[in-house]
Amino acid sequence: MNGISIDRADFAAIAHWVKPATRVLDLGCGDGALFKYLKRECHISGYGVEIDDDNVLACVQNGINVVQRNLERGLREFDDQSFDYVILSQTLQAMRNSERIIHEMLRVGREGILTFPNFGYWRNRMQVLGGRMPLSDTLPYQWFDTPNIHLCTIDDFERFCGERKIRIIERKVLTGGSAVNVMPNLLGALAIYHFGTR
Amino acid sequence: MDTTNITSSLGVVSPQRAGFQEPLPLKCGRAIANYELAYETYGTLNAAHSNAVLVCHALNASHHVAGVYADDPANVGWWDNMIGPGKPLDTNRFFVVGVNNLGGCHGSTGPLSINPETGRPWGADFPVVTVEDWVDAQARLADHLGVRQFAAVMGGSLGAMQCLQWTIAYPQRTRHALVIACAPNLSAQNIAFNEVARQAILTDPDFYGGNYYAHAVQPRRGLRVARMVGHITYLSDDEMANKFGRTLKAGHVNYSFDTEFEIESYLRYQADKFSGYFDANTYLRITKALDYFDPAFSHGGDLAKALAPATAEFLVVSFTTDWRFSPERSREIVHALLKNKRDVTYAEIDAPHGHDAFLLDDARYHRLVAAYFDRIAAGIIA
Repeated sequence: MNGISIDRADFAAIAHWVKPATRVLDLGCGDGALFKYLKRECHISGYGVEIDDDNVLACVQNGINVVQRNLERGLREFDDQSFDYVILSQTLQAMRNSERIIHEMLRVGREGILTFPNFGYWRNRMQVLGGRMPLSDTLPYQWFDTPNIHLCTIDDFERFCGERKIRIIERKVLTGGSAVNVMPNLLGALAIYHFGTR
Repeated sequence: MDTTNITSSLGVVSPQRAGFQEPLPLKCGRAIANYELAYETYGTLNAAHSNAVLVCHALNASHHVAGVYADDPANVGWWDNMIGPGKPLDTNRFFVVGVNNLGGCHGSTGPLSINPETGRPWGADFPVVTVEDWVDAQARLADHLGVRQFAAVMGGSLGAMQCLQWTIAYPQRTRHALVIACAPNLSAQNIAFNEVARQAILTDPDFYGGNYYAHAVQPRRGLRVARMVGHITYLSDDEMANKFGRTLKAGHVNYSFDTEFEIESYLRYQADKFSGYFDANTYLRITKALDYFDPAFSHGGDLAKALAPATAEFLVVSFTTDWRFSPERSREIVHALLKNKRDVTYAEIDAPHGHDAFLLDDARYHRLVAAYFDRIAAGIIA
C-alpha cells in the first residue's frame, strides 16, 4: 500500500457494501489487514495481490492467500468476471496506469471498490494556495519521496467515471474517520467508491 | 551446492529401507514386481499421524534430505538449510520423510539393482519411470509409515512436479503442497538441454547400450558432459559472472585446451564429482521423467482441468533469475489454481542465483516458507 494505512472507518464502510460469502480480490492488499477484516465480518474468500516482499510475508502470517504481482502489469492471471468484488485501497494514486487498472478491476470483478485521498480536501487546497505541496494524514509524503503520481479530486474521479460507462453505485467520504455529507470535494479527506459497469 | 559452511542442526540421521511385494504398475505399461525404497525420517509422527511432510527430491538428490551420517559427517543432506530443529520446516513440529525415487541410484530399486528374473543388474532393462510412477511408489511408502494424509508435500524443481502430481493423484492425502521453482511441463528448450545430456551418455563408448556394469566401467565422459550442461542451466548469467567472471586460473592465457578460465575449472570439478557417484542409467531415466511430465497433456493442454481434482492448499514460489523454470511457468500453475478457486499463495523471490536458488539459504525465501509452515502447523489436529 502506498498511502497511509486505512483506519477502521474505511474497513467498516467497505464491509458494509460487501455481501456475505462473496469472492473478493484485494489489489495492493498490504499486510492483508483489510482482507482479514472482511473475512471476519463478511466471510469472504479470495486473494490479495501485493508486490512488496515484507507485505507478502505478512499476508502469509495473517493467513491470507496472496499473489505476488506488480499491478502495473495488469491482472493477467485472473479470469474475466471471476470475483464479486475487486478492491483497490489507497493504491490508485500511486499507479502509473491508473485508467488501465480500473478497467482491469471491472474485467476481473463484477463490481469494484476504490479508496483514494481526495486532493480537493480544503486542507490540501490551502497548502497549495500557500505555495506548498500538501502534507496531511492522507497525503503524508514530501514532494520528493512521494509514491503518489496520479492524485485526483472527488470531482475528477466522478467525471472520469461519467466519461467511461462506469456506474457509481455508492460513495462514502470520510474525514478523520467521520462521514462527510456536505460539500464532500471540499470537506472530505478520503473517498470510498463502490462502482460497476453501466 | 557448497556445503562446507553448513553445520546440520539435525545431527546424525540414518537411512532406512522398505520392501514392497505388490507389483507397481508403471505408466509405460510395464510393472515392477517388487522393489525397495530407501528413505529417511526426521522428527516424530504424532498420535493422530497428521504432522507428516514428504520432501520430494529433484534430479540428482536423494532421500538424504537433512542431517549427517555417523560414518560420514561431511555428507550433509541436500536441503539441510531448510529442514531441522528451528528451521523453516521444523522437525520439532513435523515428521519429515525423504525418499529416493524408484529408478534412483542411492539405495532404491533402480538400474543398478539386481533384476531377480536374471540375477544380473537391471541396466538397460530397467523401465522408464515417470513422475506419476514415483508418486505412486511414494504413496505406498506413506502407507508403510502409517501416514494416511500428509500435512504437506514439498519439493523444488522436479521435486515440485511430484508435489503437483500428489495433489492430482492423491488429493485426499495432500493437505498442502509447496511447489517451488516448478514448471507445469518442460519447454522445448528444457527438453533440448536434456537431450544434449542424454546424447553425451548414449554416445559414450563406455555406455554399452546401458549394460556397462558387465564391463565394469561407467560412461563417465558422457555423465561429465551431461552434468556440465545441466549445471550451466541451474545458474544465472549474472551469478556466473559474479562467481567466476573471466578470471583466469594462471592469470594469463596459455593458448591451450587445459582449464584456463575459473568457470572451466568449476564445471570440470562438478562433473568429476558427479560422475564419481551418479549412475548414468538413472540420469537418463530422470531426464526422461522430466521431459514426459505434462499433466495438462491428457486434458487438451488445459492445466486447470488437470489440476481440477486437487483440493490442497498451495504455496507456489519462483525465483526471478531462474531461466530454466522461469517465474512465468510458475504463474501458469497459479493461473490454473486461481481458475479452480483453490487456496493459493504465490511469491516471486528476487534472488540472483537462478534455478539453484531454491536450494540456497535466502532469508526472504526461508522466512516465507517458515511462515507458511506456521500456518500448516496451526491446522494440524493433534
